Parts: sequence; C-alpha cells; structure tokens
Amino acid sequence: MGEIKIKDKEVTVPGEVLAVGMDYLPAGGAFRDKEEIIASQVGIVNISGRLIKLVSLNTRYMPKKGDRIIGKVADIGPNAWYVDFGFYNQGAIALADGSLEYIPRGADLSQYYAVGDYVVAIVVFVTRDNHVNLSLKGPGLRKLSEGRIIKINPAKVPRVIGKEASMITMVKNMTECRVIVGQNGWVWISGLDLVKESIAIEAINLIDTRAHIQGLTDEVKNFLEKKLGGKSGVQQEN
Amino acid sequence: MAYNKRIDGRKFDEIREMKAQVGIIPNADGSAMFQIGKTIALAAVYGPRELFPKFLQNSDRGILRCYYNMMSFSGSGERVRPGPSRRSKEISYITENALLPALNLEDFPNSVVDVYIELLQTDAGTRCAGITAAAMALADAGFQMKDLVSAASVGFIENRLIVDVSNEEEHYEKGNTDIPIAMMPRTGEITLLQMDGFASKEELAEGIIVAKAVCMEIYKVQQEALKARYKK
Repeated sequence: MGEIKIKDKEVTVPGEVLAVGMDYLPAGGAFRDKEEIIASQVGIVNISGRLIKLVSLNTRYMPKKGDRIIGKVADIGPNAWYVDFGFYNQGAIALADGSLEYIPRGADLSQYYAVGDYVVAIVVFVTRDNHVNLSLKGPGLRKLSEGRIIKINPAKVPRVIGKEASMITMVKNMTECRVIVGQNGWVWISGLDLVKESIAIEAINLIDTRAHIQGLTDEVKNFLEKKLGGKSGVQQEN
Repeated sequence: MAYNKRIDGRKFDEIREMKAQVGIIPNADGSAMFQIGKTIALAAVYGPRELFPKFLQNSDRGILRCYYNMMSFSGSGERVRPGPSRRSKEISYITENALLPALNLEDFPNSVVDVYIELLQTDAGTRCAGITAAAMALADAGFQMKDLVSAASVGFIENRLIVDVSNEEEHYEKGNTDIPIAMMPRTGEITLLQMDGFASKEELAEGIIVAKAVCMEIYKVQQEALKARYKK
C-alpha cells in the first residue's frame, strides 16, 4: 500500500517526493526511484487514479517526428536549407523535401526560400545525436509571408491549443485571425485587422503566463470580450 | 580566550537571513538570485545550445560550463580586479562538479549548458551561494534534474563549530577552519566538500552532519522561490 504525498494540480520542484509505493505509475516529468515517485522538473502534478503525471511549466523544446514547427531560414547550403527553430541544432531541409513541386538540382535555392524567411515545416527525423531533418512537403507547409511571429514556452503549447483545439479556435474566431501554433513554441498570427491581430497576440501571451491556472478558458474569453468589445462597435454597459 | 560569542552575535547554529527569487533575468532560459546575509549571488542559465569550439563537443551528452565571477564592486570597497583569476577558475570547476550529479545532459549530445554566476556582494559563503542560485536557475530553466543542489558552509573557530561562516569569522585573528559543502537534499549525497584549515576526524564528521542539516534549510528556501513563481 502506498501514499500520495502531494495534492492534485500542486506545483512541484525537482527532487520532491510525489508518492511512495509500487502502486503508482510515473508519467511526464515524474520518475521512479525504488519505492518513491519523484519530480524531475518544476511543474504541475496531475493525479488520475494511480497515474502521477508531471507537466513541466518551462521546457526546452525537444523535436520529435511528426511535430509541426515554425522556423526561420538561417543558412543555405548547396542542396539544403538550414533552419533555426529554437533548438540547439539547426534543422536541415533537403532539396527533395523543399516543396511539393519538383526542384531541379543546381537551382538557386534562395529563389524558393531565402535567408530570413519564416516557414511552417514538419519534423521528418531526429538522429541519435539530435540532428534534425525537416520537410516542407505536405499540406499547409509553406513559407509565411504576412503576419507576425511570437515565441511562447513550448511547455505551454498544449494549453494554447486547448482540448480538441478549443482554446485556439476560440481565439481565432473571436479575433478573426489565422493562427498556426508550432510545437516549438513559435506562433504565427495573421489578421486583416491589425488591432485584432495585436489582441490575439495579447491573448496568446496571457495563456503563456497563466497556463498553470484553472478556468483559463473563461479568463481568456472574458479578456477577449473586453478588448474586442469596443472594436466591433458594440458598446458595453457597465 | 575561547570563542564564546560570534562576532555578529548569532547563535552558533544560526544561519544568516536568506532571500531567494527566480526568473529575474528575462533573457536567460532560467535565472535566480540567492542572498544569505550580505552575500548576494545571481545565476543565469543559457542552454542547451550549440557548443563552440567543436573539439569540446561530447557526442554522448551535453556539457556543463560554469563561470563564477565576483563583480568589481562586490567586496568591501577595494576594487576587485575584473576577469578570471585562478581562484575564480577553480570555483567555476568545483561548481560544475557540484551541479553535474543532479543533471541529466544525455538528452542533448554535442551541446553546452552555460551557467553564469555573478556575485553582487560578498561576505563569505560565495561559492555556496553561487551553487545554490545556479541549482535554482537550472530548475527554473526546465532542465530535468534528479534533485536540486543546496550548499552552505560550516566552520570551526577555536574548536567551536559555527554554522554559515561570515567574512569576519573567516579572517578571525586566531584562525578559522572553513568547510563549504553542497548536497542533493533527497538522498543526502554530497557533491562538494572542501576544507580550508585544520580539523580532527571527529570534528569533520560532526561538521558534516550539521552542514547537511543546514543544507536542508537552504533547500526549503530554494523550493519556496521556485514555487512562488507559479503562485495563483
């Protein structure tokens, strides 16, 4: 028989004992050391039955196959583009992965994507020593031309997207902006109305700083209603 | 004349007042301030990031690089010469060794995690304050750690055991023994143990037991500071 030493949704620090006993299973940033389940990061504990999951509040982005990310072209080689995307290594996009269209060998790569361009790409492969291959071949993957890029902590990405994309869909609909949230924490926002675009950015930053609070969806909804209230011409009676 | 009363009036097992805060350097991936008495240490963590020069890269794991420095105005008036000294290089090295056992850098081969420690004000216990701040900064940066690292000093003046040695005590005319220690709180594993002076085997053994208890007090302050950032 074991014992849980911490309350659900409580903040924890590395080394803290979360539970004692072999009945419990660690997940996320929690790990087992003999009889104890211990936190390895600063984060929030989610207890569901016997599963003790630690969700980190601040994390370094670790790319994995299938992640959709936003990056910036930093360098162009003879047969590849090299992209910064918040990881300590650059991602490489090979010639063949550059586009759904055929790119001939010897072509001027900067005609497709130049240094400084932002792109939405997918992680194809991560080698043992963390070299990353990216691809722009796929639906929705492309160079980004208008809009703005902001950076949030990768740990907050699931919160910004929300359960079944509920949070991000709410932000998009209410501010009438297009938004792409990269798994690396880089976010692209583009709206026809620049004021609403700024409000969308404020809302996403709000989620980033308040990700550990419950009832965040309502808080963000109220924030957007208040900020947009005047913009769409609807007067608020206080 | 035995040392019956501490120069600053503290009890023999009394730690100086402590203060800690994390997230104070927004540019850094993680940061922290730790103050004990008049000693103030700032730590900033950047990484993992690409490591240059390349010959230092380790294909199994990331490396840790610590830079300990005392700011030019940190002493008691005389200007501290800027730049690395033999002492600061040694302290940087022991800081790395004190923090590494708590980290797991195998997830980031060929990278470096840079930890910058600056002493804003010094009144003894600087390497311990630096290690304590650095551990908080690494946790603040989101690194997976087996445990935090807490550091403190104990000492002997005229065979009397004192806790958290101050600068005046370090320079006590009749001599002093200074024992900095760093520990991982959960398991009690020691990651730094140095001694400057003389002590018998029994005295040292007693000193280590007391020092570990002091480190647990430091650990409480570290925990609170890390959690305070996410208070509702």
